[in-house]
Amino acid sequence: MPVAKVNGVEVEFEPGMTVLQVAERAGEEIPRFCYHERLSIAGNCRMCLVEVKPGPPKPQASCALPAADGQEIFTKTPMVEKARKGVMEFLLINHPLDCPICDQGGECDLQDQAMYYGRDESRYLENKRAVEEKAISPTIKTYMTRCIQCTRCVRFVTEIAGESEIGLISRGEDAEIITYVEDAVTSELSGNLSDICPVGALTHRPWQFHYRPWELKKTFSVDVMDGMGSSIRVDSRGAEVMRILPRVHEGVNEEWLGDKSRYIVDGLNRQRLDRPYVRRSGKLTPASWDEALDAVAAKLSASSPDRVGVIAGDLQDAESMKAALDLFRALGSANTDCRQDGSALGGGAERAGWLFNSTIAGIEQADVVLLVGADLKREAPLLGARLRKGWLANHVTVGAVGRAVETTFGVKQLGGGLQSLLKLDKDFVRLMEGAKAPAIIVGPGALSREDGPQVLRAVADMAKAYNVVRPDWNGLNFLHNAASRVAGLDMGFLPGAGGLSAREMLKPGALDVLMLLGADECDASASSAFKVYVGSHGDRGAHGADVILPAAAWVEKPGLYVNMEGRVQMGERAVFPKGEAKEDWAILRALSERLGKTLPYDSHDQLRALLMAEHPSFGRIDYVPEAAQPLDLSSLGDRKLVQKAEDTGAFASPITDYYLSNPIARASVIMAELSALRVKAQAPMAAE
Amino acid sequence: MSVRRLAKEQPASFAFSKATMKEAEWWIAKYPAERKQSAVIPILWLVQKQEGWVSEPAIRAIAELLGMPTIRVLEVATFYTMFQLSPVGSKALVQVCGTTPCMLRGAGDLIQVCKDKIGPKQALSADGKLFWEEVECLGACCNAPMAAINDYYFEDLTAETLSQIIDDFAAGKSPKPGSYIGRVASEPEGGPMTLTDPSLYDGSAAKKIKVLPNSQPRKEPA
Repeated sequence: MPVAKVNGVEVEFEPGMTVLQVAERAGEEIPRFCYHERLSIAGNCRMCLVEVKPGPPKPQASCALPAADGQEIFTKTPMVEKARKGVMEFLLINHPLDCPICDQGGECDLQDQAMYYGRDESRYLENKRAVEEKAISPTIKTYMTRCIQCTRCVRFVTEIAGESEIGLISRGEDAEIITYVEDAVTSELSGNLSDICPVGALTHRPWQFHYRPWELKKTFSVDVMDGMGSSIRVDSRGAEVMRILPRVHEGVNEEWLGDKSRYIVDGLNRQRLDRPYVRRSGKLTPASWDEALDAVAAKLSASSPDRVGVIAGDLQDAESMKAALDLFRALGSANTDCRQDGSALGGGAERAGWLFNSTIAGIEQADVVLLVGADLKREAPLLGARLRKGWLANHVTVGAVGRAVETTFGVKQLGGGLQSLLKLDKDFVRLMEGAKAPAIIVGPGALSREDGPQVLRAVADMAKAYNVVRPDWNGLNFLHNAASRVAGLDMGFLPGAGGLSAREMLKPGALDVLMLLGADECDASASSAFKVYVGSHGDRGAHGADVILPAAAWVEKPGLYVNMEGRVQMGERAVFPKGEAKEDWAILRALSERLGKTLPYDSHDQLRALLMAEHPSFGRIDYVPEAAQPLDLSSLGDRKLVQKAEDTGAFASPITDYYLSNPIARASVIMAELSALRVKAQAPMAAE
Repeated sequence: MSVRRLAKEQPASFAFSKATMKEAEWWIAKYPAERKQSAVIPILWLVQKQEGWVSEPAIRAIAELLGMPTIRVLEVATFYTMFQLSPVGSKALVQVCGTTPCMLRGAGDLIQVCKDKIGPKQALSADGKLFWEEVECLGACCNAPMAAINDYYFEDLTAETLSQIIDDFAAGKSPKPGSYIGRVASEPEGGPMTLTDPSLYDGSAAKKIKVLPNSQPRKEPA
């Protein structure tokens, strides 16, 4: 490896690294605004100036200068200091002095770096420039006078989000960031623009003027809005969550976060179930915990065990599902299901039968990818960003079977439904067979229909035929849109022997008592059972319920979540549950006592310990299974013909609207706004 | 320079004329198919030739033609000040140079003429025929003061000549471009001032050459 000297210290580096990266490797901090390690290099802020030998006797922009063997790099010489101070002075000529009222204040790169490189007073008496504000998006508050034209936002939108909507128009002093004719940024990743903006030009509109960053309590947690399990930081003040930001996790979300995961915050304060309700003469009326629990216990003990059942929702933590599963098994019921969408996954002996086996980071290695009923923009936008990365580098070919959907990468559409899957396009088959690392991504749209088992079988056959599962590579990937799903499948939250599946439980007359554990995405209106809703938000599930037991939202309780690649992650409590609401497991524990089947744990820790003892995979926190897990492909799915392939339509995602896919999102005003905007953008343009 | 924005009033649509399209295709063919957006500047220019200015529907049409995001075309169109983003005069676009050499030679007078005849700068005249703006150096300092009108340079102007030229344009005539004091290109005013000695041209000043240059192999240095 080549070696360079940074301030006299020798550092080895990989060929192709820039001077800035080499200096960082030596532990030197280089100030920068435009450089971002996940974006292309622009080299236009000039803050990262250093001195290099051999080279011209002037400061060089280190971010755009390739390092060379034997180079000497100086980051602290008087020339460098003076040059950076000069750059800072230029940057501040037009930057307003409004830090005290700026939302970025306290976490602003410009503010921080001005502390060292800035002069204590301005030498400029001329007027500062003023730039009109832009209506870019409901998620982005612009204050364009603060912009320093680093173009990070332009590069992010073009390269990562895959929608070239923002640009830098005009030039020189008049340059400004703008969208085309005041169009809105429609990307699901738009919130990241405010994150990468090094100044206060783009800030988070939903939270503008709500907080100062230093007042907030920071709690590390896991996102539950999709199956990715993105690492997040929940910032709260007092009893209220103020904002959610991404944490860096190279294996999952890198440093990005989808808009739903981020701006859901206001949904946590609306439509909350903060006290128990019991339906009396057709109307839900407030009740005490004792009344509500007694009503449920009376119904449960009066019904025969095979006439009661529980469906777990998409946002549940592993512990609450474990408690529900234990309770219903103790009652003698086999009617338990965590797949409210009716997915065909689960039940096998091997975890690889329902995981995203290549891993989220590993999907970047794939060279041929087949999407089967997967709508990445709606189901996992950050996974789409991963595929886009490979597509931009020109090393991945993506084909898709399913309803044609928008993507941020090029896709060969290979038909819509099972029929096209069984008779896959010949050219693509040849590609799959010749691929070094072929991958199949099976989305919920393909597996949650009646013919799910049949589709699963077809996919498994394909995986076998194209050698997708190999000793060193497992490219058979199941995409989950529910954060709780993999945990449920891992612990066997499935119908027991002779038990009913979610779809069967919802049929009229199937059950006497149906418990919906945060399950809002299934239509229980047809069911004639006595419905008990345990959850945090008053939504579909609660409206039709006979008893509502208010529970905690995911930021209000500690919990384990398993993302789609099988990575167990721990979420911490940021705030306490609202009103009289209690943590889900505690509700189930209290109910079990009334039923005389007391669950064997008195604390959350005991519950978690039992879960980890019975299912050791839950004990391996933030650990992702090896890329190649053994998988017996013949165990997947069912050859039994449910419907003739010709009769079924194209695979379509169960999520019809990315912004409104769960009860918390439906309670959020921002999500509603974004959703309305998306509907408007997708509506055909009126004839001009 | 000032902030460059698209004009408030935009035409409803834009269509490439046959001639423009033919030329545009010629430009596109110069680049590899996957890099055809390289032709964006020539095509913007062609569109400006066709319409006189670059409208918003035109920008969209160009983006579609070249398979690139509209914002990228807008970036280019706003970066270069020679792309006109609002309608210019149907008869004449007068660009008066106001940079130092022209300024010293009387560009102020020309600007006053424009103000009187056409109106405030960067605005269409009342009849929509004329438009004037002040531009930076156009590289014809020898012939200062000057103005570029439509595609040609009009040089060595005075308030009177420019005023006549503008009137002619407004009347639909095409005044002759070039110098208005009768000189050719940037030759000295009133005829040549140097190299006037006839002996320079009769061969008498030439010395006899004994050996033609480079006619013999070079001697290697010892």
